[in-house]
Amino acid sequence: METRDIVYIALFAAIVAALALFPPIWLPVIGVPITAQSMGAMLAGGVLGAKRGSLALALFVLLVALGLPLLSGGRGGFGVFFGPTAGYIFGWIVAAFVIGYLTERFWDRLNIFTAALICIVGGVVVLYAIGVPWSAVVAKVSVMQALTGSAPFIPGDILKAVISALVIVTVKRSYPLLGSRSAA
Amino acid sequence: MITDLYVRGDTVVHRTHPGVKLLLLLVLSTIVFVIDTWPVLALATAFVFVGYWLAHLKPGHAWRALRPVLIIFAILFLAQLYLADVWLATYVVLRFAVLILAATLLTLTTKVSELVDGLMAGLAYAPAWVPREKIALAIAMTIRFIPRLRDQFHDIRDAQRARGLDRSIVALLVPLVVRTLKDADDIARAIEARSID
Repeated sequence: METRDIVYIALFAAIVAALALFPPIWLPVIGVPITAQSMGAMLAGGVLGAKRGSLALALFVLLVALGLPLLSGGRGGFGVFFGPTAGYIFGWIVAAFVIGYLTERFWDRLNIFTAALICIVGGVVVLYAIGVPWSAVVAKVSVMQALTGSAPFIPGDILKAVISALVIVTVKRSYPLLGSRSAA
Repeated sequence: MITDLYVRGDTVVHRTHPGVKLLLLLVLSTIVFVIDTWPVLALATAFVFVGYWLAHLKPGHAWRALRPVLIIFAILFLAQLYLADVWLATYVVLRFAVLILAATLLTLTTKVSELVDGLMAGLAYAPAWVPREKIALAIAMTIRFIPRLRDQFHDIRDAQRARGLDRSIVALLVPLVVRTLKDADDIARAIEARSID
């Protein structure tokens, strides 16, 4: 870990906090809000890679735990980790790692389709695989029931994966951080 | 600056060492989950109420902590009502409320700086492979840069609004990320020039 990596990690944790400023978008038909902040894990993994990306999210989660109101809607503090959806917040760290790992593996073939697929695998499949059983246990419901409860958010999360993929591919073109030539 | 959630005060709860409060919170949440019965939950509820009373906090503080999760609580209550009975529904929602309030009590009565100091003091006992200075640098840098990132976000949004692009999330995110990565290179060089690493 060089100084430069520490700075990338710290500044990306700050970007995740800044994402809370995006106004939530309401999906028509389904009627659930989608917030930009959960794109933080996808962007951190896709831009910084597995190690730095997951550390950026871990740092963000740590600062929330220490009491800074950085989650969208100004939420923060220890209370966040005792709610029914806490699994998703811890899941962001794992999601960033998986997205980062896959982005590094497919770096030379990265385009909007592969990047979107990677973001869906890490940011939807892996994230829900952590968040859904977590809610099931703490809310005393079955995994299937918890999944039914989270289902309305899946279309929004897929949309966010596509938007993140667009950003990741564009940033790769102008400022590539991964790959062999610019390996950190 | 970023405002934290701390509520100024000089009560016994405020003065208690952050490590002690954290330990109490972990013990409370573990007990409530392991001994999963009504008497234990009632006791925990009373304990949290006494904590808020001792800390001179107003009902509004508790309300603010619970307001964001009220919709989830309502859905959960109705789901449990349908799946089980009114007792289990009440139990599950009350358990969440008590744990969230207990954790919020720690946040409301402890300054972020106290917790950061406590974390750093704790890291002194960490094994040698833990990069303590780097963790400290990263925490300090993130706290410093969050307000600046927020300013940049507003700058970029204004610029893209002039181009009619402020409704496009991609047009907002790409400059934010690229500009931040460029800043990061400059900052890393500045830190290295001062031989901190």
